[in-house]
Amino acid sequence: MAAVQDSAVAVGAGAKARPAAQGRLAAIWTKHGAGYMFLLPWLVGLFGLTLGPAIASFYLSFTNFDLIRSAEWVGTANYVRIATADPKFAASLKVTVLYVVLSVPFKLAFALLVAILLNRGIKGLTVYRAIFYLPSLLGGSVAIAVLWRQLFAGDGLVNSLLAQFGIEGPSWISHPDYSIWTLVVLSVWQFGSPMIIFLAGLRQIPTDMYEAASLDGASKFRQFYKITLPLLTPVIFFNAVVQTIEAFKAFTPAFIISGGTGGPINSTLFYTLYLYQEAFGNFRMGYASALAWILVLIIGVFTAFSFLTSRYWVHYDD
Amino acid sequence: MTDATMSTVTAPPPPPAIRRSPLSSTLIHAALIAASIAMLYPLLWMVSASVRPEDEIFSSTSLWPSSVDLGSYVRGWFGLDVSFGRFTWNSFVIAVLTVIGNVVACSLAAYAFARLRFAGRNFWFAIMLGTMMIPYHVTLIPQYVLFLDLGWVNTILPLVVPKFLASDAFFIFLMVQFFRGIPRELDEAAMMDGCGPWRIYWKIMLPLSLPVLATAAIFSFIWTWDDFFGPLIYLNDMNTYTIQLGLRTFVDSSSTSDWGGLFAMSTLSLVPVFFFFLFFQRLLIEGIATTGMKR
Repeated sequence: MAAVQDSAVAVGAGAKARPAAQGRLAAIWTKHGAGYMFLLPWLVGLFGLTLGPAIASFYLSFTNFDLIRSAEWVGTANYVRIATADPKFAASLKVTVLYVVLSVPFKLAFALLVAILLNRGIKGLTVYRAIFYLPSLLGGSVAIAVLWRQLFAGDGLVNSLLAQFGIEGPSWISHPDYSIWTLVVLSVWQFGSPMIIFLAGLRQIPTDMYEAASLDGASKFRQFYKITLPLLTPVIFFNAVVQTIEAFKAFTPAFIISGGTGGPINSTLFYTLYLYQEAFGNFRMGYASALAWILVLIIGVFTAFSFLTSRYWVHYDD
Repeated sequence: MTDATMSTVTAPPPPPAIRRSPLSSTLIHAALIAASIAMLYPLLWMVSASVRPEDEIFSSTSLWPSSVDLGSYVRGWFGLDVSFGRFTWNSFVIAVLTVIGNVVACSLAAYAFARLRFAGRNFWFAIMLGTMMIPYHVTLIPQYVLFLDLGWVNTILPLVVPKFLASDAFFIFLMVQFFRGIPRELDEAAMMDGCGPWRIYWKIMLPLSLPVLATAAIFSFIWTWDDFFGPLIYLNDMNTYTIQLGLRTFVDSSSTSDWGGLFAMSTLSLVPVFFFFLFFQRLLIEGIATTGMKR
């Protein structure tokens, strides 16, 4: 480390005095070496933990591999089976897409609605913001998933509350028609962080635009529709992409609420949960690698599609 | 996170653009208060259930226990073969090492990207951004095989060592954004005085970057504390379990018999995160507002 420092200081005087070739090397080192020294830990991680494993995983996706015997090349058999002969894959994809389609719009709608209410200069903004943010911060933990499992159990809190109104609720988590909704509610409950991002976005909208609009007699609804919404589209777009990718990758709540099974009748079998079962329950590591690459493909196609369509509705010209 | 965006986030709210009648203001408060209660009710109910006498847990939807009984905490703490003291300690060790690893390794890389000139910098920076997009599922299985071969399964090493190799590219990105906002004149002046890059990093960048380092440290701690997937895969011996794995084992082994103990341990597992929420809320909210973090 000291050498880098010294040579950096001595580049003008010292380097020229040495023989030309050595001097050039020293100059290259002085110019570029420090950067690579600082990057070294990250570079080791990049090759050892990211790129290397990614390539290995791509290779494994064309093999049968159970950790004990060495990987056996099977060509595209894993992908063919996923596409044509794996009802659990189809079920898990359906559940995951359903979860994304149900949870993301509701979550963003709540986040936007509350952000707009909070942005009207009301008193106690920081208190409300804190309260609404707290579930986002805690929500990823097992404790909250455990709580959810009780809330929506047959004799859980939700049904106790419903009983006070004379309604007899079903056992939400063990009914295949309702179980996915308990996970959607859990996700929507955590609308706090997109709400904070919406609030930051709303603050960027110049207030004189509203003043000008109300002088021109535009109603509040019209102001929202013509000013707030268009100017907020970049933030809406950002939140939608981030939340959708997160929803595709969701794991913990489904695992805890279904006890790791994805049941009842695969109704909470998130894609990542199925991948986990294949890899670490059945030790079909090759097959699970293929599932992982299909997840990348799905997320990649979704992201590309969002960016391509964004120019038709996201407003960027300020 | 330039100075400009920071100030828009921290500045007091702009004067209300829309003139409101007192009635609509009251309605908004009523709606927000109702929403707050609905949001907090499950959490508060769990905390209250954890201190209720055992037979009262399911009979009451109220938040106020008729009497306080800490028996659930005792039962929960010793509810499994290994006590929750052990799980908490394991979680704590992993989280603290992760914080150190992330702050050190990510700030080194971020400094190189933000300040140093070297061949290939933009190329590596683009690669770094690219790695943020890759779902971890793709590297999961080969990483597992690697750590299995190294004999690291059932130790904390697979969870901690990657952090010392800056595997959380998100924090590099966060720090690069912040470092770029620090005036370059400071480095240039230091360079004139004969400081090398290490000294500039250590004596100028880090001291001026405490807010972003603290943000990275707090989010590292919370995310690691809450992490379930990593420990689930790498820790199979109950003595090495984290608190999240302990809760999972507890819920599966006693879901019908001891909700009190389960709620007590669940509540306990939320305490560190709640602590950060209480004391560092501003940093957390700024971190989210300026970078768009997911949680």
